[in-house]
Amino acid sequence: MIKIDDLSFTYPGGDFRLTIPNLVLEPGEKVAVVGPSGTGKTTLLNLIAGITVPQAGTVRIGDQTVTDMNDAARRALRASKIGFVFQDFALLEYLSARENILFPYRIAAGAKLDASARARAEQLAASCGLAGKLDRRPGALSQGEQQRVALCRALIMEPALVLADEATGNLDPANKAAILDLLFARTADQGATLLAVTHDHELLPRFDRVIDFSTFRTAQGDAA
Amino acid sequence: MNALFLAVSYLRFHWARSLVLVLVAALILSVPIISQVLLNGSQTALTERAENTPLVLGSRGSQLDLAMNALYFSDDRANPVTMADADVIWDTGLGLPIPLNTAFETNGARIVGTSIEYFEFRGLDVAQGRQIAVLGEALLGASVAERLGLGPGDTVVSAPQNLFDLDGVYPLELNIVGVLAPTGTADDEAVFVDIKTSWVIAGIGHGHDGVLAQGATSGDIVASAAIIEFNRITDDNIDSFHFHGDPSDYPVSAILLVPNDDRAATILRGRYLDPENPVQIIVPNEVIGELVGRIFRIKSLLDAVTLIVGGAALAAVGLAIFLSYRLRAREMQTAFKIGARKGMILRLISAETIIILCIAGAIALAITIAVQANGGAIVGWLLAT
Repeated sequence: MIKIDDLSFTYPGGDFRLTIPNLVLEPGEKVAVVGPSGTGKTTLLNLIAGITVPQAGTVRIGDQTVTDMNDAARRALRASKIGFVFQDFALLEYLSARENILFPYRIAAGAKLDASARARAEQLAASCGLAGKLDRRPGALSQGEQQRVALCRALIMEPALVLADEATGNLDPANKAAILDLLFARTADQGATLLAVTHDHELLPRFDRVIDFSTFRTAQGDAA
Repeated sequence: MNALFLAVSYLRFHWARSLVLVLVAALILSVPIISQVLLNGSQTALTERAENTPLVLGSRGSQLDLAMNALYFSDDRANPVTMADADVIWDTGLGLPIPLNTAFETNGARIVGTSIEYFEFRGLDVAQGRQIAVLGEALLGASVAERLGLGPGDTVVSAPQNLFDLDGVYPLELNIVGVLAPTGTADDEAVFVDIKTSWVIAGIGHGHDGVLAQGATSGDIVASAAIIEFNRITDDNIDSFHFHGDPSDYPVSAILLVPNDDRAATILRGRYLDPENPVQIIVPNEVIGELVGRIFRIKSLLDAVTLIVGGAALAAVGLAIFLSYRLRAREMQTAFKIGARKGMILRLISAETIIILCIAGAIALAITIAVQANGGAIVGWLLAT
């Protein structure tokens, strides 16, 4: 379970404050976050992942309080319990699809890249329709295929929470649906919670819940 | 290990950029070492040969040109002296004159016309074949033989001095009869012939068909442009070779003098001190010693320039790595977001830098070893050109 209480974050030098009194995401829940650009949707993902530290409030993932952790612990938490899917895929051009999927193993503290991890990567890739394409570099893959690789990378460490930031934003309608199907199916396989920022309103009915993010944003100095 | 894998993957993917960085770093590392190796080799080669050559007689003018030509067969040649000057020395009984005629070349190697005493004076041994014996025979220096892939039984042709001068020197095909053992000196880069053979190349001596009309008496000479002049000396035509003019006027580039003792050397030097005398005697050790002193003064300047250029190049490499880091900010950000452990990015950049420097170091080492192994030949070539 992901639980946010009385979270308050002010951008350094910024002109508004993000305030979230209370937000709970149940295990396996699929939640969409919508709202106008610049309202801090990505900031919410960063606050939950411990990339950004709030001025006040708490973020809990399971029994761990992210806001009480030091930097190293937050990094370890992200590597082990949180999967990220980005709008621009953020794949490394110099690595093959297989090595991109296994990238978290190469950079995370304590992660061991062994045969079982490699087998899991193959299995995950096959389930995402990437069989036979794992030796290709991102430049040799279509956009839809690149996002599938990014999805596999987010899921390879079997995270409890998947954060998707406009994951379908750069894809054509057919690929949007396919990627969302995969995102739902694979997170469901792993029992992970999905929190997805999106502008695609036609996709919203497929989520368990939709949060209108504009309700959390208040101008600096206003009462929360 | 992971940082190493990622670094290698990155460098391989951006191979052109990596190659440029490696080559620049290799050059920065190797240039000072190579210059030091070559300078030390030059100093040794210059001084050893100069110390082993007591006196050189030649045309008055640049002492350095005379020394470089007589010792290293360099392109810098003063006006020739004549065999009469060798005869003068011979007549004094104060030392042994060894004539050198270095006016010609073949296949990029200097043809050195000399007397048989030269080989004994320099301690040159024949490794293959035999010593030159008759007109038209040549003995190859070790490096020349290796470079041209020639040995006893083969031939080399002297280079014509001017292709368009019909009255000029014609090429002569020389019969190779032997190859000298390597010495690591300028002798390895030369083709030795008898001094008389060099005069044949110069056109002073030649061989041709009979010039008497059929059935004519010895007074009826019918020589014309139609007469065939031999361009190779063989057993069949060697008797037809002859020289024109006064032998004492035949040119030599320089004359090595081997005085009987110090007293003889002093007397000989004293006889050629007059600045009006068109001929001079030099002490190679003094001339080369002055040159070496200048080289090492220049080396100090070279070191400073190398330091500045090296610093600038290192700064350029650093800038390239820094720009690469900036260009990869998105990648770094992704790594951070998905939980890269602290210092991972630094380890990645460090691994890339270390790999580049290690490969560059290996290349620099290989270049240095290659230069060191062939230092003698390189120095010999540098001194001869």
